[in-house]
Amino acid sequence: MSTPTAHATLRGVTRIYPSLVHALGPVDLDLRQGEFFSVVGPSGCGKSTLLDVLAGLSAPTSGTIAFEGRPVNGVPDGVGVVFQEDSSFAWLNVQDNVAFGLRRAGMEAAEIKRRVEYALGFMGLRDFATAFPAQLSGGMRQRVCIARTLVMQPRLILLDEPFGALDQQTRLLMGDELLRLWRETGATVMLITHALDEAAMLSDRVGVMSSRPGCFIDLAVTDWPRARDSRIVSDPAFGLLTARLWSSLRAESMKAIGRVA
Amino acid sequence: MTRWIDNLAILLALLGLWYLAWWQAGDSAITPPVQTLKFALYLLGSADFWPHVWATVLAFLYALAISAVLGITLGLVLGLHRFSGEVFEPILASFYTIPKVTLYPLMLLIFGLGLSAKVAFGVIHGMIPVTLFTLAAVKNIPGVLTRTARALRLSPRQTALHVLMPAVLPEIISGLRIGFALTFLGVLIGEMFASQRGLGFLIINGINQHDVARTTAVIVIVVTAAVLANGALLRLDRHARHDV
Ligand SMILES: Nc1ncnc2c1ncn2[C@@H]1O[C@H](COP(=O)(O)OP(=O)(O)OP(=O)(O)O)[C@@H](O)[C@H]1O
Ligand SMILES: [Mg+2]
Repeated sequence: MSTPTAHATLRGVTRIYPSLVHALGPVDLDLRQGEFFSVVGPSGCGKSTLLDVLAGLSAPTSGTIAFEGRPVNGVPDGVGVVFQEDSSFAWLNVQDNVAFGLRRAGMEAAEIKRRVEYALGFMGLRDFATAFPAQLSGGMRQRVCIARTLVMQPRLILLDEPFGALDQQTRLLMGDELLRLWRETGATVMLITHALDEAAMLSDRVGVMSSRPGCFIDLAVTDWPRARDSRIVSDPAFGLLTARLWSSLRAESMKAIGRVA
Repeated sequence: MTRWIDNLAILLALLGLWYLAWWQAGDSAITPPVQTLKFALYLLGSADFWPHVWATVLAFLYALAISAVLGITLGLVLGLHRFSGEVFEPILASFYTIPKVTLYPLMLLIFGLGLSAKVAFGVIHGMIPVTLFTLAAVKNIPGVLTRTARALRLSPRQTALHVLMPAVLPEIISGLRIGFALTFLGVLIGEMFASQRGLGFLIINGINQHDVARTTAVIVIVVTAAVLANGALLRLDRHARHDV
C-alpha cells in the first residue's frame, strides 16, 4: 500500500480581518489525495474563513498554503467551491447556471451539453433544467450551485455547509449523493458542516475546530470503507465516533455561546 | 384570464367614479365619459392636434434619454465609489422628496421658454429615481456573486459583463420605469409653465379658456397613453426579474 500524498497543505495559516478580528489559526493541515475530509466547529469559529484562504479567495495573514505542490495565490485551476450562501444566478435558468463556468472557459458546445446533462441528472435536476432559481427551493438552488462546480471537474472540491437548508432525511440522502460523486470523480473533498452525524457518516477524517480563532483540536480517523453510504449510521462504530466528536466539541461550543464549560 | 377580469373591473370602477365626479361637479368642470370619448376621437382625427402630440413626444424622448444616461452613469459611479455614494445618496434622496415646484422659477430663468425648458423639467423629475435605483442595485450586489466569479476564475471583463451587469439590470429597469413616468410628468408640467406647444400646454390653455370638453379629452388621452406605457414597462420589468 502506497502512502497517501498531500493534495493541499496548510502550514501555520492564520487570518486576521482588517477589523482585527482574529478569525483563524494557526492551522496546520494536510488534505490527502482523494480523501473525504470534514470540518466541524462551533458557529463563528472560522470555518468559512478556512475555506476562503484554502481556495485562494483571500490571502492568509501569515502562513503558507499549497495545492498540488504549488503555492496558492488566487483560486488555482482544479479547485471548485460551493459557498454557504445561495450563489445561483437569478437571471439564468438551471441549465445555463450549470453551464456558466464552462461557457466562460470557452469549452466547445457539445462537451458543455454532455457535462451539463450528466450533472443535472446526477443532482436530480433534470426536470428543472429550464426553471429559474426563483422557482426553486433553497435546497434545490444549492444543488444547482453544486452542479455548477461539479461540471468544472475540480480535483479539490470545497463545500461550505451545502445542506444547511435541508431537512434531516434529505440531508442523509444528499450525503449519499455526495459520497457517490466523491467515489466517481476521485476528487479530494473538504466538507464544512455543523452536523456531527453528517461528518461522521461521510468522512475519512473529521477535523474538529476550537471556538474562534479556529484551530484543529481533534482529528478523528473513521476507517470507513470507500464503498459506504448512509446506512453506516446503524454501525456501532458510528455511535462511538459521533460521541467522540461531541465530547471534543462540547466545551468549545459552550465557549462560543458565552458559557464557561 | 383573471388579469383580464381584474382590469375590466378597474376600468368599470373608474368610469363609475368619473360619472360620480361629473354628477357632483357638473358640466363646468368635467365632461362625462361618452361625450369625452367622442371629443377625444375627434381630436385624434384632427390635423391641429398632432403637432402638439409630437411636441410632447419629442421633448419626452430627449428628457428620457438624458435622464437614463445621466441617471445610470451617476448611479454606477456613486455605487462603485463607496465613499462618494455614502455622501451623495442622502443628498439625492432629499432632493427627490422636495417639491420640484420650488425650482420652476429658477428653471425658467435658466432655460427660458420652449423645448429646452420642457426637457429640463422632465430631467429634474426623472433622473433622480434612475440614479437612486442604480446606486442601490450596485451597492446591493451580493458579495457571494463576485466571489463565485473569482472561484470560477473569470476575468474582470467577464465578471463585469456576465455577473455584475445582469445582477444590476432588473433594478435599473425598475428605476427606468419610475423615471419614465416622472419624466413624462415633468415634461407635461414644463409645457404648462414654459411652452406654447404640447399636450401640457393644451391642458392649461383649455383650463384658462374654460374649454372643459377639450381639457377633459386631452387629460383622458394622456392618462390612457401613460397607463398603457406603464403596463408595457411593468411587463418588461417582471420579465427581467424572471418573476413569471
Ligand atoms: N469580512 C469579515 N470582516 C470581519 N470579520 C469577519 C469577516 N468575515 C467573518 N468575520 C468574523 O470572523 C469569524 C469567523 O467567521 P466565519 O464566517 O469564518 O465563521 P464560520 O465558522 O464559518 O461560522 P458559521 O458556522 O456561522 O458559518 C466570525 O467571528 C466573524 O464574525
Ligand atoms: Mg461559515
